[in-house]
Amino acid sequence: MIEVNDLHKSFGDAHILKGITTSFEKGKTNLIIGQSGSGKTVFLKCLLGLFEYEQGSISYDGKVFSNLSNDEKTEVRSQIGMVFQGSALFDSMTIAENVMFPLRMFTKQSKSEMQDRVDFVLNRVNLDDAHHKMPSEASGGMQKRVAIARAIVNKPKYLFCDEPNSGLDPKTAIVIDNLIQEITDEYQITTVINSHDMNSVMEIGEKIVFLKDGLKAWEGSKETIFKTDNEVVTDFVYSSELFKKVRKMYIEENQ
Amino acid sequence: MQFAIPNYYTYNTFEFARVLIIFYTLAFMKYLHNIGTYFIMIKDMFRKPTKWSVLKTLILKDIDDLIIGSLGIVAFIAFFVGGVVAIQTSLNISNPLIPKYLVGFATRQSIILEFAPTFISIIMAGKVGSFITSSIGTMRVTEQIDALEVMGINAINYLVFPKFIALTLYPFIISIAMFLGILGGLAACVYGGYGTLEDYIEGVQNDFIPFHMAYAFIKTMVFAFILATIPSFYGYFMKGGALEVGKASTTSFVWTSVVIILVNYLITSLLLG
Repeated sequence: MIEVNDLHKSFGDAHILKGITTSFEKGKTNLIIGQSGSGKTVFLKCLLGLFEYEQGSISYDGKVFSNLSNDEKTEVRSQIGMVFQGSALFDSMTIAENVMFPLRMFTKQSKSEMQDRVDFVLNRVNLDDAHHKMPSEASGGMQKRVAIARAIVNKPKYLFCDEPNSGLDPKTAIVIDNLIQEITDEYQITTVINSHDMNSVMEIGEKIVFLKDGLKAWEGSKETIFKTDNEVVTDFVYSSELFKKVRKMYIEENQ
Repeated sequence: MQFAIPNYYTYNTFEFARVLIIFYTLAFMKYLHNIGTYFIMIKDMFRKPTKWSVLKTLILKDIDDLIIGSLGIVAFIAFFVGGVVAIQTSLNISNPLIPKYLVGFATRQSIILEFAPTFISIIMAGKVGSFITSSIGTMRVTEQIDALEVMGINAINYLVFPKFIALTLYPFIISIAMFLGILGGLAACVYGGYGTLEDYIEGVQNDFIPFHMAYAFIKTMVFAFILATIPSFYGYFMKGGALEVGKASTTSFVWTSVVIILVNYLITSLLLG
């Protein structure tokens, strides 16, 4: 479980995060949503320790990250898997080498053990034949799946995904969403997804945190987001005519 | 911070001087900040080392990219510039009192003292330096460095330290440049009809001071450190997209060359002055 308390972050005079308090639960897909410029990416980078924040605290399973020693921080970080928006695969390595990388860095496994684990996770993301391909030879969807495989290969306790569906066609996007949810359930990890894809919100949003202007404007789940009267949320989520109709139908069906 | 440039109605010498002073102070502060960040990067390069089994692979890859990959161009340039030095020296000797072996002597001295260590290093700042800046810069742009940091890896050690170790073999390249430069001079001199083989070899052997070799290799090691770290600094701390990677490579080449020239002057003053 990840708990965030009164998080503030500024860049010069620009106050980006203005006191966010929330928690992300274990075994659930937690979504951070909001308009561009609402502070989603800054929030995620603070959670990952890539940005230092001025005020507040972030704790991983009760351990306040900023109070940890460097070795303890490294320990926490080795339990984090991250899927970047652009996949961030190492382009000098093959797909199998990319996936094996966290094992080589953080474990003392033999080469055959590492190879078995790589085979297993690549199979898990349906990439059995891609071991020797370079990232540049893989499609966007394949690269995302490789990034997920690399993120989960070392059995992380926390999985972060920054807009995992961006640049993907709707069918592949659903495959990626479902894969993330299955992995979260299967390994009981705390998954935090930064997204503005409304399909993801409706499909896998077991917990949803809505950010607006650096503040938490709303918190709920994919079920409660249909019923909320919060105008800020409804203006954003149901901005398209299609989603307005879907919401209307959902409410009528459940009355 | 923005400053209004006074128009000709309100033009005031003191106001203009004040704006200039503030402008140059801010520019100077930026340079100081960069120098400070560079030295912090050097410190971080030796902190929290990467696992040896991974580091070994990275070092071997960097030796291949930076050292082996540069041999061809260095050999080509050294051989022909050695030839040009010999021809130029020969053409500028018209006084019959000057011994004929001076061509070999001058070629050897030029090659060992300046051409091989300094001139080749400037070429390497373009070849190896821009390769280092653009490869690390591209990793920054495509979030690969963020991926390393999220995993808890010291990205500076992972990326810069193997390049520094690989470039400790840089004196090997310079030795080859020295040999081929002198050989190129010999070929140009003998086959171009500018002198005899015996005269050239006598010149090469004449009045040889072993400390000059030590001086050349001390310079080479310092240049190797500069070649590994300054381009890495510009790649690692770059911000922006693909266009900025190109700009960072250019800036890196300029500053690597400037620092090499300044350090060359300093070392020469200290060791030979």
